[in-house]
Amino acid sequence: MTDDVARRRGDGGDAAYDLVVVGGGPAGVAGALTAALAGLRVALVDSSARLGGQYFRHPAVPGRASGLERFLRLARALGERADVLPRHQVWSVSREPDGALAVHCVTPHGPSSSPHSPDSAASAGARGERPVVLRGRRLLIATGAYDRPLPFPGWDLPGVLTAGGAQALLKGNGVVAGRRVVVSGTGPFLLPVAAGLAEAGARVLGVFEANRGLGLARHPVLALGRLGEAAGYAVSLARHRVPYLTRQAVVAAHGEREVEAVTVARLDREWNVLATRVVECDTVAVGYGFVPQIELGVQLGCGTRYDVDGSPVLRVDDAQRTSVPGVWAAGEPTGVGGWRLAELEGRIAGRSVVAATRRPQAGCADPGRRPEAGRADAGFRPHAGRADADRTDFGSAAGLVSAAGSASAGGGSRVAEPSGVAGPGRGEVAAGEVAGVWVRRRARWQAFGEALQRAYPVKPGWQGWLRDDTLVCRCEEVPLARVREAQELGATDARSIKLLARPGMGWCQGRVCGYAVSCLAGEPPQPPRRPIAQPVTLGTLSALDGTLDGTLSDLDSPSHSGTPDMEDS
Amino acid sequence: MSDVIVVGAGVVGAACAYYAARAGLDVTVVDRGPVAGGTTGSGEGNVLVSDKEPGPELELAVLSNRLWRALAEHGGFEFEAKGGLVVAETPEVQRRLAGLAAKQGVEHAVVPAHALRDYEPHLADGLAGGVYYPQDAQVQPMLAAAALLKHGADRYGRGTLRLRLGAEVTGFTRSGERVTGVRTSRGDVLGGAVINAAGTWGGEVAALAGVCLPVLPRRGFILVTEPLREPLIRHKVYTAAYVTNVASDSAGLETSAVVEGTLAGTVLIGASRERVGFDRTTSVPVLARLAAQAVALFPALRDVRAIRSYCGFRPYCPDHLPVIGPDPRLPGLYHACGHEGAGIGLAPATGHLLAQVLTGVRPDLDLRPFRPDRFPLESQ
Amino acid sequence: MTFHITVDGRPVPVVPGQTIGAALHAAGVRSWRTTRFGGRPRGLFCGIGVCFDCLVSVNGRAPERACLAEAAPGDEVTTS
Repeated sequence: MTDDVARRRGDGGDAAYDLVVVGGGPAGVAGALTAALAGLRVALVDSSARLGGQYFRHPAVPGRASGLERFLRLARALGERADVLPRHQVWSVSREPDGALAVHCVTPHGPSSSPHSPDSAASAGARGERPVVLRGRRLLIATGAYDRPLPFPGWDLPGVLTAGGAQALLKGNGVVAGRRVVVSGTGPFLLPVAAGLAEAGARVLGVFEANRGLGLARHPVLALGRLGEAAGYAVSLARHRVPYLTRQAVVAAHGEREVEAVTVARLDREWNVLATRVVECDTVAVGYGFVPQIELGVQLGCGTRYDVDGSPVLRVDDAQRTSVPGVWAAGEPTGVGGWRLAELEGRIAGRSVVAATRRPQAGCADPGRRPEAGRADAGFRPHAGRADADRTDFGSAAGLVSAAGSASAGGGSRVAEPSGVAGPGRGEVAAGEVAGVWVRRRARWQAFGEALQRAYPVKPGWQGWLRDDTLVCRCEEVPLARVREAQELGATDARSIKLLARPGMGWCQGRVCGYAVSCLAGEPPQPPRRPIAQPVTLGTLSALDGTLDGTLSDLDSPSHSGTPDMEDS
Repeated sequence: MSDVIVVGAGVVGAACAYYAARAGLDVTVVDRGPVAGGTTGSGEGNVLVSDKEPGPELELAVLSNRLWRALAEHGGFEFEAKGGLVVAETPEVQRRLAGLAAKQGVEHAVVPAHALRDYEPHLADGLAGGVYYPQDAQVQPMLAAAALLKHGADRYGRGTLRLRLGAEVTGFTRSGERVTGVRTSRGDVLGGAVINAAGTWGGEVAALAGVCLPVLPRRGFILVTEPLREPLIRHKVYTAAYVTNVASDSAGLETSAVVEGTLAGTVLIGASRERVGFDRTTSVPVLARLAAQAVALFPALRDVRAIRSYCGFRPYCPDHLPVIGPDPRLPGLYHACGHEGAGIGLAPATGHLLAQVLTGVRPDLDLRPFRPDRFPLESQ
Repeated sequence: MTFHITVDGRPVPVVPGQTIGAALHAAGVRSWRTTRFGGRPRGLFCGIGVCFDCLVSVNGRAPERACLAEAAPGDEVTTS
């Protein structure tokens, strides 16, 4: 790569990949593999060193874990058929003048670069970082979700981790987060985190579930048929004598330089504190559900909707298409529902992408394909054959080719609208594009995910846990009192609170405090507007100057992109 | 019933409300959103005298600069008298900068090339010199607007200055030829006079009253860096091209390097100007250009990360002057909008002069250059 | 099969594949940065690249997230 800006493209002389996938978890890998097996030129980027996302996070030398071996097989199959780019952070996705989508990434120069052996490419951008631009005709957003934290006094003490953070330490690095650990928050995700820590040798002092007291035996995970997995966690917790206590939560953490103890409260149904006790511990893992990562979709102007738990998510149709032509989304960004749903959605998206490639005139408009591109007819290749649309699993690669090739398999393709997923109102799904059985299975998993969200809501009483000096925004160190002052000055929504008091203005751009600030403002969280989705050095940015396709004045025209439906500063 | 209704709770509306209340008038401020939710919330907080050609806008800027200093003494926001440094890439540009400074008649110092680093140690090599303007300053615009409204309400009697947020103006009430108030999404608000301080949306508000005001959006992007522990840049630093771009009529993209550190530790990087309507779609090429210009001016920024960007819409009029004063076409209607990129800086003088007009005092500055009916019909 | 990196000059052991943040946490170093206003200690929080609490400088580069940066033999990490 000798260019200042590495510009990766599909080979074959064309200007762009058929599909660029952002996110290497279950949804992204399934979507990318489905498309790659059908012969499309696919690139997949992920910010981590290894594919897997949050669920299939694994160490460099993977151990044995449920479902992991299968995922790794799929990831290997993908690696043989597509450009897989780990350690690539996507900071912007934009529509280029020719209709292609430009995925702007930064990637480290690699472990070998050091101040003593200056990298020759370093002169292009900044030290240690290299810009990469991927061009694709189509994009699949599979960026997952992250833990939704709630602030409480002392939550910024070292030793307080998100539940996902504790999990990532363990699964990705083999590091047990602490010796005496308290797990708190709400939702079924607390169970595997606690079980994992206990099995790895931590003393887990309790799982404090803020929601209602169904008890582990009547846990909705069990009730809804996820028997094996949840029962396994239950057995594990019981074996390690980890108490699972409902209507309780950590409402404060104490310590000088790091956590030494927490206050655990008994809560009423609105999460107001009824009684407290102090538990000595060195580590706290907290999580109150998940925040779907949708900012790349928002950048492109994709329509959004509110999920059951109030999170803004990308609106998709039965074929996982967003409201923006050429852009698909799968997994948590379209609604939190776990890895099985994510993988299924990824496969559906992959098939839909394949179908769109093969029938550019059918169904949706296809701005990614230019009439003058010369390869336009390449899409009309014979279908690989009909397949069993009811395949429940990725089998052999050959099976997948066959499954992916079934784009025109007609039977049972009258699709039902899954509950809770509003279509974008942009016409119906092309007949046969999505097998009915997949749609039905997706609807079941979606219903399951929504039931969990209903069973584990965030109740407003947490706001009473805060003191005036409790930091709401960790980055800009904004305490509750400053948020309240801003409201008194006339900040009537989260955005104006941000403008006046700076919560969400710092490094994380409101990813951590955004939900809490919205609650404090009394409004639902707005779709995140982050035009720079990941930090990028000015050196890297400036290396792009003049290298981008199209002139600046071409881009002055607003016609190439949708306008985001929600505005921010 | 108020004496004055101000449409717009941005910095200009806040200043109008403050000075009207100070002059003894009862004021109601109406805004469809929160305080400072429009262009005020998207600005850098410039209080500049350096970038104005000699003439009425410079006079407005000099008056405003003095007023801002006084207002900051009430507290609630900080007037950061950081000073501005305009740098020249070539000796020819430096000669022109020095010539402009002499004509402006404001406090300044011509800085030879060898002395530039006394002002800004991290400036690039090879610059031809610059001019330093000690009066150039910065305020946090949202806080400043909110503080003005709060001072106005606190100091001049409870009920003198009322805020009605979340109320969108949908029309005007009239009695005969005279404006008597505004219709809003939350009911009518009646008053003796209405000030249109709707910024970039001032033309739309004027249209609701049936008069034409050619205020249009001119988009600008700002890049914001990570917070730095040690300030890298002390002043507001910009290249000479900024001055010519401000006054340009081009519809296409124009950029010039404007770089400054803030109290929060971040560095703000502007400035781009495009006439693209109200399109908020981020333009990567524009961000890349802004970054390149900033790095060219301050090479040390190369390794600093941009963590966010935002855009705003400057309200511009065809002659790049604001509209300030009574509308002779519609008694009872006053305008205070169209300040383009200088609304923060020019807000106090705008409010002060309008308060003088409203109370029958001869204004400190001649308002004729800013009159609302000055535009030829074809531009309306 | 572990190797070492240095953090502010002190050696910290790393199992290959670990991130710098994980290696620090495993070594009992729970915080390695202070906030710029309150001087509050910060280490790992989200652990997956979202919160930016765990910033470090590696080999003199611009700050990066310790929870994402995979440690390499000889890495010189500095904190602030």
